[in-house]
Amino acid sequence: MTTRIDTRFAELKKQGRSAFVTYVMAGDPDLTTSLNIVKALPKAGADVIELGIPFTDPMADGPSIQAAGLRALKAGMTLKKTLGLVRDFRKDDNVTPLVLMGYYNPIYIYGVDKFLADAKSAGVDGLIIVDLPPEEDDELCIPALKAGLNFIRLATPTTDDKRLPAVLANTSGFVYYVSIAGITGAAAADANVVGEAVARIKRHTKLPICVGFGIRTPEAARAIAEKADGSVVGTALVDALKNSLDAEGRATAKTVNAVAELTAALAQGVKGAQQAAE
Amino acid sequence: MTVAKPNSYRSGPDERGHFGIFGGRFVAETLMPLILDLEKAYTAAKADPAFQAEMNGYLKNYVGRPSPLYFAERLTEHLGGAKIYLKREELNHTGSHKVNNVLGQIMLARRMGKKRIIAETGAGQHGVATATLCARFGLECVVYMGAVDVERQQPNVIRMEMLGAKVMPVQSGTRTLKDAMNEALRDWVTNVHNTFYCIGTVAGPHPYPTLVRDFQSIIGNETKAQMQEVEGRLPDSLVACIGGGSNAMGLFHPFLDDPTVEIFGVEAAGHGLTQLHAASIAGGRPGVLHGNRTYLLMDADGQIQDAHSISAGLDYPGIGPEHSWLHEVGRVNYLSATDDEALAAFQLLSKLEGIIPALEPAHAIAKVMELAPKRAKDHLMVVNLSGRGDKDVPQVGDILRGKK
Repeated sequence: MTTRIDTRFAELKKQGRSAFVTYVMAGDPDLTTSLNIVKALPKAGADVIELGIPFTDPMADGPSIQAAGLRALKAGMTLKKTLGLVRDFRKDDNVTPLVLMGYYNPIYIYGVDKFLADAKSAGVDGLIIVDLPPEEDDELCIPALKAGLNFIRLATPTTDDKRLPAVLANTSGFVYYVSIAGITGAAAADANVVGEAVARIKRHTKLPICVGFGIRTPEAARAIAEKADGSVVGTALVDALKNSLDAEGRATAKTVNAVAELTAALAQGVKGAQQAAE
Repeated sequence: MTVAKPNSYRSGPDERGHFGIFGGRFVAETLMPLILDLEKAYTAAKADPAFQAEMNGYLKNYVGRPSPLYFAERLTEHLGGAKIYLKREELNHTGSHKVNNVLGQIMLARRMGKKRIIAETGAGQHGVATATLCARFGLECVVYMGAVDVERQQPNVIRMEMLGAKVMPVQSGTRTLKDAMNEALRDWVTNVHNTFYCIGTVAGPHPYPTLVRDFQSIIGNETKAQMQEVEGRLPDSLVACIGGGSNAMGLFHPFLDDPTVEIFGVEAAGHGLTQLHAASIAGGRPGVLHGNRTYLLMDADGQIQDAHSISAGLDYPGIGPEHSWLHEVGRVNYLSATDDEALAAFQLLSKLEGIIPALEPAHAIAKVMELAPKRAKDHLMVVNLSGRGDKDVPQVGDILRGKK
């Protein structure tokens, strides 16, 4: 099975460049604006898109992404509409890898088999489900792999060498290294420490390793890009979106551009790293 | 659908923390290694006679156990049916059953070398118990409490602060117990290296539902011995209120394999089951939140719904996974009591027995008022009086004056 994720990382490897992975919340601040943002991301330099599934109780997320989820829910977003958003995105873009990221309950309630079939047909490539560790692989991970979707696992600073094989066992697509013990949007990790962690994980897997949590600026993205196969930025983009909203939290004419411009600047940072690395 | 009856109701969970389909370990990877460590530490502690001996010492001399099993003569006369006994958990140090579990977890935390303790609290009873034992053992204590609950349970906030704990009002979501638990989990993920999360109820990822149950089972074990002493037999029924369900599980668990004992859990029906309430079994269905699969209140999209109860300690949209299983296998009957019924029971017990109950067990008393009159006079009914009502006096006073 080769997904758009595998293809994209193979291309980037040929180019000798690290991936730039963007995270935005599906339906934030409303469905139409959100679709336009997602469409704008590849043009602005995103290599991989992570799309958040809104959830009322995002236990691993900081205030920015919590608020983004609540804005989306308030605007009527559901998992079904999230899959619809992906389907609409795929009408114009059949190459950019798209990963859904969120929590298990909405998927469980939607029905695992139905969800996997609908996600695959909508054009989803992979899943990152924060509250499904390898101990719960029977729930979604194994069925997802069978359905032809990548299941991307989070590895963290607390995942030691003894545990890494279990975490990596059913992982595919790429490994998401959470650079700090903490929630999204927290303080940045030191790039050198991250580099050591990436090297450690690479001893256990051939999969690409993307690093997220705490990367906010082009400089930080560049520093991480020099150490890893990809860097993930979420909270900074969500904050840029939020800062473009009007007083009632509605999208303005500036909203799509605000996210696209920051994406472009961050992508430049990542590309700079490639030059520095060469 | 009928669920197969197990040979024993007391053998769960399995090695992966499942009670039937319920329970499990639905947590972020960052927490997983620590949860596995905790399981190991708990298994070792259980097998260590010194751990039990030390705990028994504190239970006796610090907590004040055993708590009395008291024959509520006037309540019995008033209701005119079953002979009602109150298990007086409200007489424990800190004023509720919560201290039984906190003592156990704090002793585990010390064995694991953790110096910083975090907890979530709804009514503040678990927070107070945690703050108390942290003071006793010189540990740093941070308690997350929904901002709404900080307002309605002021006496407990002040107590926690006097005990040296830092109370963090939680402004996210519905600003009640659910959000306090989210925020405590976020703290734990961030400070995983030095922090022990002292969960207050029989919920969360495995092994919490089991270890909290085990620490609370002293309630049922004492009840069994005390009833044997005064009546020479088992009780005929047990009644306890349920938020997450730790006081209920503590009373019920030692009796689960005694088939003659009828067991009733009482959820909070808030304004009524067709309106805002906190009765996860009556009004919810299985879902995944806070580390476990269990009955939850949620919408068609799997979004967690706001719970409501007059009682901050029951104001939670879920329930412990073992309760979900006991419901599905039919061993425990889950009922519910509304805010108004609980208020009436609060006043009745205060006036008839001179015992002001917390609003949480007032829900159990409310159902006793329905169940007891239908039972024979030789029927022995035990109610877990899980907490005292001092913390609720200002809130109930305001409500009653407002009603006049």
